[in-house]
Amino acid sequence: MADTFARPGPRPAPRWGRPVERLSRPIRVYLLLAWTWSRALAQYPASLLLMTLGTSLGAIAEVFAVFVVFRHAGALDGFSLAEGLLIAGLASLMFATADMLMGMVEGLGQHIRTGSLDVMLVRPVSPLIQIITDRFALRRLGRVIPAGVITGIALHHCDIDWTLGKILFLPVLLVSGVAIAAAIWLAGSCLQFFVIDAREAANSVTYGGQALTEYPLSIYGKGVVTAVTFAVPLAFVGWQPVLYLLDRPDPTGLPESLRFASPFVAVLACTAAALLWRLGLRRYRSTGS
Amino acid sequence: MRVYPAVYIRGLRRYSTYRAATIAGILTNSVFGCINAAVLIALFSVRPEINGYDMGDAVTQVFVCQALIATVAVMGPPLDLGERVRTGAVGVDLLRPVSLMGWWLAEDLGRATFSLVFRGTPTFLVGTVLFDLVLPKTLGHWALVLVSCALAAVIGFALRYLYELAGFWILDTRGIWAIVGMLGPVAAGMLLPLALYPPAVSGVLRALPWASTIQIPAEILLGKESLPGGSIAGGLALQAGWALGLLLLGAWITSVATRKVVVQGG
Repeated sequence: MADTFARPGPRPAPRWGRPVERLSRPIRVYLLLAWTWSRALAQYPASLLLMTLGTSLGAIAEVFAVFVVFRHAGALDGFSLAEGLLIAGLASLMFATADMLMGMVEGLGQHIRTGSLDVMLVRPVSPLIQIITDRFALRRLGRVIPAGVITGIALHHCDIDWTLGKILFLPVLLVSGVAIAAAIWLAGSCLQFFVIDAREAANSVTYGGQALTEYPLSIYGKGVVTAVTFAVPLAFVGWQPVLYLLDRPDPTGLPESLRFASPFVAVLACTAAALLWRLGLRRYRSTGS
Repeated sequence: MRVYPAVYIRGLRRYSTYRAATIAGILTNSVFGCINAAVLIALFSVRPEINGYDMGDAVTQVFVCQALIATVAVMGPPLDLGERVRTGAVGVDLLRPVSLMGWWLAEDLGRATFSLVFRGTPTFLVGTVLFDLVLPKTLGHWALVLVSCALAAVIGFALRYLYELAGFWILDTRGIWAIVGMLGPVAAGMLLPLALYPPAVSGVLRALPWASTIQIPAEILLGKESLPGGSIAGGLALQAGWALGLLLLGAWITSVATRKVVVQGG
């Protein structure tokens, strides 16, 4: 093996060169690390199976609660059972996907406390990618799949006037929703750079946001809807896409053009979250342990 | 026997050091309380009464649940015991001349006490300020609620202790937690008050130990007819029965587990 070291290695690419390489490398590293962790966790197959099952049960239990509430109420704010399940399913699908791709970032405080963030900083891979793939939990697919199935069933039972525009715009809405949810996850976790024990406070926007978006937002009143449209853009995860699909006017009287704003909000939210992450990382001082 | 009170005090003090986490916890529990309360208010303004529950009862239960969630820890966090079984550190615990379960019970009750006073109580106060909660009228009734909360904490411990004991056989208890961490809250009446389920289902769930951690204390606070025997005493008896039964089961399984234990790792 000695001659491997003697041979001059490939020259490092210039920093701003090869744009394709610059974009594709993080994705490749992400996939590689995620795959490595998935294999590592699969070493306890009984646990992996139970955890996946448990995650699925959690997703099903949440939608079951929505089902029970709508069965008792008949309709909430003019939304029928099927439409209520569509909102819950779609929001759950977007949050679950974001959680799978990005959710591990909430372990940031733990990495700071134990000093493992220092180790990540000296490795030649973005620390963000290392954190979000750390103990990457394939079991979270157990949440995505039931959410997808429920969304599918609800779509089938809802009376939707499918136009070409809707078919083309639906994937855009889905991707934007996932991006917004992921940005909220990242931004919430960045709080831990400033207050290490704040993990639970972040839960009130991440898991709390997920709980909030499971029901037609209008039941919370206009104040809350305005806040989750303009401050923490949770309204674009689930609620606005469903209003668009069902051709409903916004029950709280917000402009209908908002439903087309998803992609722009997604870009804004991701930029803000990325800036917050940079800010936190710059401010970070190792605990020294 | 001074060791258990000492461990209890240490448990209490250990958790009192995480002040920011406690405040963050109160914030999160209050936010969740408000979200769940808003959903139930929307539901009960369409249907004023469901299986004996009205809007006030349901909103009160939401905040009892948020106040007790950390104390009884139905959703976790797990006891450190599980990780110690996995790493082999449990060997040190077994060397101590005290009972394994007694040690962990004392430590966890310390944690539970801190959490009930400094996290549960403020959360419940937030609820009373923001919503119209149904509260006990007499001091005696409040005292019974406190007893019920104490029993709920013991049952919460006993359940988690049993989950962790499974680690002696399957080594990694995260899988168990993934299942019970999801089903437990449903059966406890955390996801929705059990009264919202069909009476046959809620009858079965009420009799299971998980209900005794949230649903029964809530019904005791509300003074509901649906308690076993139709009275607060019946509810407390059910809780005491589960606390005793689960602790006895825990003690028995501990003795079986320690006879087969092979400490791993080095």
